[in-house]
Amino acid sequence: MSNHTSSASSLKLDWAFAGCGAAWGILQTYIIHSFGFEWYIATIDGLVSTILLSAACWLINNNLRYYQPGKGSYINLVIWCLFLAAASMAGSRWLLPLIYSDSSYLNFLSQSLIIRFFTNFLAIGWMAMISMVWFSQIDQKENEKRKSEAEGLARDAELYNLRQQLQPHFLFNSLNSINALIGFKPDEARRMIHQLSDFLRGTLKKDDQQKVTLMEELQHLQLYLDIEKVRFGHRLNTEISCDTACGEAMLPSLLLQPIVENAIKFGLYDTTENVTVSIRGEVEDGYLVLMIQNPYDPQTSRPRQGTGFGLSGVQRRLYLLFARNDLVETHASDNIFTTIIKVPQL
Amino acid sequence: MKRVLIIDDEPLARMVLLEYLQGMPGFEVIQECGDGFEGIKAINQHKPDLVFLDVQMPKINGFEMLELLEQQPAVIFATAFDEYAIKAFEAHAVDYLLKPFSKERFEKAIEKYLAQSATQNKKQTAELLETAALSPAQHERIVVKTGTKVKIIPVHDVLYLEADDDYVSIHTAEGAFLKNKTMSFFEQMLDARHFVRVHRSYIVSISEITRLDPYEKDAHIAILKSGAKIPVSKSGYARLKQVLGI
Repeated sequence: MSNHTSSASSLKLDWAFAGCGAAWGILQTYIIHSFGFEWYIATIDGLVSTILLSAACWLINNNLRYYQPGKGSYINLVIWCLFLAAASMAGSRWLLPLIYSDSSYLNFLSQSLIIRFFTNFLAIGWMAMISMVWFSQIDQKENEKRKSEAEGLARDAELYNLRQQLQPHFLFNSLNSINALIGFKPDEARRMIHQLSDFLRGTLKKDDQQKVTLMEELQHLQLYLDIEKVRFGHRLNTEISCDTACGEAMLPSLLLQPIVENAIKFGLYDTTENVTVSIRGEVEDGYLVLMIQNPYDPQTSRPRQGTGFGLSGVQRRLYLLFARNDLVETHASDNIFTTIIKVPQL
Repeated sequence: MKRVLIIDDEPLARMVLLEYLQGMPGFEVIQECGDGFEGIKAINQHKPDLVFLDVQMPKINGFEMLELLEQQPAVIFATAFDEYAIKAFEAHAVDYLLKPFSKERFEKAIEKYLAQSATQNKKQTAELLETAALSPAQHERIVVKTGTKVKIIPVHDVLYLEADDDYVSIHTAEGAFLKNKTMSFFEQMLDARHFVRVHRSYIVSISEITRLDPYEKDAHIAILKSGAKIPVSKSGYARLKQVLGI
């Protein structure tokens, strides 16, 4: 698309170039006529000089299209302009006598060579300057485009990494539980292997940009919760409430996972009692509002609770997707830690 | 008969150890515990020959539990994943099992335990604690024992530390608690940006200091928010100036 616009604007430049050339030729013809020469010879002179000048301009423009002079080589550019001005002047000096050989005209021609040289130099220099600005601007635009593309890629990679922070602790402990179950409850061991595989597969195949319904997200989460319940037995209870309307609400895939992981981790490690982790979903003013609660002990809770990887990762992800920093909130009161996430429904 | 204690918060993890141990002649499991508090009680009560200990547990972790014991038992650690713990184990040649572990690996750990003398085993555990306590995970709180109760002090609640014979007295808004460690241990463990050893016998939380008054030649006195007056030695004053950037 931008390629298309740049070729369109380059066409516009070509027309402007042709227009300037025509105006230049007409002006020169008029000036030479005003020195007392016939319209015929004035037109020939204007035409020949303008064509030569245009050729020089085209050359310098084409050169600059592929080669932008660095700061040190501006002098080369000036030398080029001088050379081209001299060449176009010499061309006129050589071609015009072949077409018209009136002695007063030839006399006028040789006297006007110096002024022709300088006007040519000015015109070519002007052209060089315009080309330089024009092409460096195009370069800059392309750079900017590339930069924003690179940023987009980096963002994708970052999202990928955030998701890949699979908790090795969880994985190894689950395998250890399976190891225990194989001995005396092989059926349960088998079921846990299936749950673990389904959970891992779900984690790997989801696309970060992809949005899923809350219902799908909760189904995936349920696999995780079932595994944790096998590990921690009666100590872990979960309450999930979500009506049909909010089940249909969309959220980025695997957004809830790290929050619930955090809630379970701090719930289970902050107390030796039984722990209830609750997840509540509501749709409110165009937002899907998710509230996750877990018990905690304000006396002993580690300070990292509020800033753990889970939460900051979720915050970062929401920022990348919605460019907003106010979508995650946490509260702690009465031994209950609450995390609230708002997902804009577009 | 060797008397064994298993401490792990996951019932299934205890089950694996129990199952493996049943095939071992000469070992008897006397109790299973689901957290560190139960563990302390059981160790003090039964004085087991060997303890299988999980690192990550509710409230207090395996290392913190050991710190609260007067006498270190012989320990084989069982953990799933903990970089720092594993470094500490390796440094002190205490055996550890990475979950899930095989029966063969388990038997090797038992052999290693049997090959060493009881005093050697206990000494290794004690040395391990010194290293483990320096890992980042342990920087955020200090676990102390007051009578029969365990108190967990978040590091940011600490006002200052004072040397007290073989103990260090940890002063908080709620009062002072004793811990059987050295000043240089705490100097290493605590974040040097927030705690400064201002005197041979004192480490102060710099956010608590409200005023520094000159006192005698070269010495100063730090006045804390709580009103406590802490002597600051010449070298302590230099350290303090460095941290405060004055």
